[in-house]
Amino acid sequence: MVIENAKYNKNKVDEICSVQATIDGITMSVPLDTANSDYAEILRQVEAGDITIAAAD
Amino acid sequence: MSKAAELAKAGETLTNQPSGRKNLVTNGAMQVAQRSTSETGKGADQGYFTVDRMLYFENGTTDVRFTQSQATDVPTGEGFATSLKFDCTTADASLASDNQLVIKHRIEGQDIQQLKWGTSNAEKVTLCFWIKSTKTGTFIIELSRESRKISQAYTVSSSDTWEKKTLTFDGDTGGSVVTNDSANRLEINIYMGVGTNYSSGTLDTAWTGGTNANRAVGQVNAFDSTSNNILFTGIQLEIGSQATNFEHRSFGEELALCQRYFYQDVKGVTQEISVGWYYTSSAISWIVNFPVPMRASPTMAYSGPTDGFTIYRDGAADNFTALTIENVNYQYTRASCFNNNQVSGTAGQAGIVRATNAACLVSFSADL
Repeated sequence: MVIENAKYNKNKVDEICSVQATIDGITMSVPLDTANSDYAEILRQVEAGDITIAAAD
Repeated sequence: MSKAAELAKAGETLTNQPSGRKNLVTNGAMQVAQRSTSETGKGADQGYFTVDRMLYFENGTTDVRFTQSQATDVPTGEGFATSLKFDCTTADASLASDNQLVIKHRIEGQDIQQLKWGTSNAEKVTLCFWIKSTKTGTFIIELSRESRKISQAYTVSSSDTWEKKTLTFDGDTGGSVVTNDSANRLEINIYMGVGTNYSSGTLDTAWTGGTNANRAVGQVNAFDSTSNNILFTGIQLEIGSQATNFEHRSFGEELALCQRYFYQDVKGVTQEISVGWYYTSSAISWIVNFPVPMRASPTMAYSGPTDGFTIYRDGAADNFTALTIENVNYQYTRASCFNNNQVSGTAGQAGIVRATNAACLVSFSADL
């Protein structure tokens, strides 16, 4: 799974709510749920040092 | 078979005949293809491309490319209307040692508790399916649960001919009891090609810790020629040692089962997403209701051109490009979404959120 441009999203009350990323070429908005296989893979690649998640604007 | 053996077999059939729902496989007849019915040039990465719940898994790098489709080529007179087809468009006759080219079907732990695996009462399971392959010879099916695996070989005898295969696997009395949760606890691995890392040993036909070299010994390479096609349908995994008739389900029922894992919400122009509202003058929110509870909080995937989405409100139309998921309720039946930097309106106004370009796609995925 190729994950690019990962960046946290903040909601209307300024809380981090999800991760925006391009995964295998498709733009995705990934909730912060470890049961979600995309989020689990993002965390795995972060842990492995392959990607970083940019801070939210 | 002696009369006594026949009676014993019949008794076993009656005892173990599954009642109610028996097929542990979702979309085994390849009826549902929410994402697409045909995708070309696939093979560079793994993924769900066409038929729901059938993951193309690839390990290592390979030159293999294929068109994957939901085909209408089916075994005659068996009641199937669709199949999953791989049409090889770029061959790789020398797979790398680490290659695995596999269809994976993943099943949640809470759906296989009745197998009693990890206990002394572990039940056998029987896998039945139809295959049509240009390539003949030995193929491998593997059941995999966490670190434990078991494999069986079968033979495709005739090129480009539908053949029905039935394989019974012992229950797994070893390992840990299957966790009763919504995670991936059982994989049916349907091999189509494999490198030597997975085929250089002796096939493990009993449950083991899973030595890689023993997992797919003898597997032919179904992608060694651009003349090759390989098709599957009628995949059924049921408890017991007897193969029974395929459990045909209605399309609506199968679709709902698939939507636990993937929901194609929008595909094309003038398709409603939801009612939305301006939280501030530069931020809109909307709620998406899922047709069935999803397995977990889903990923929202979207695509479309710049300004491909629109909120219509108070006689005006504000376009935007990006969609963001915010919260999902605990039953995974609805999600809030928003855009907070590409719209301009009046706080408090409501409107309808719509896909306004033919290239727009929005989907929600909680697949395994």
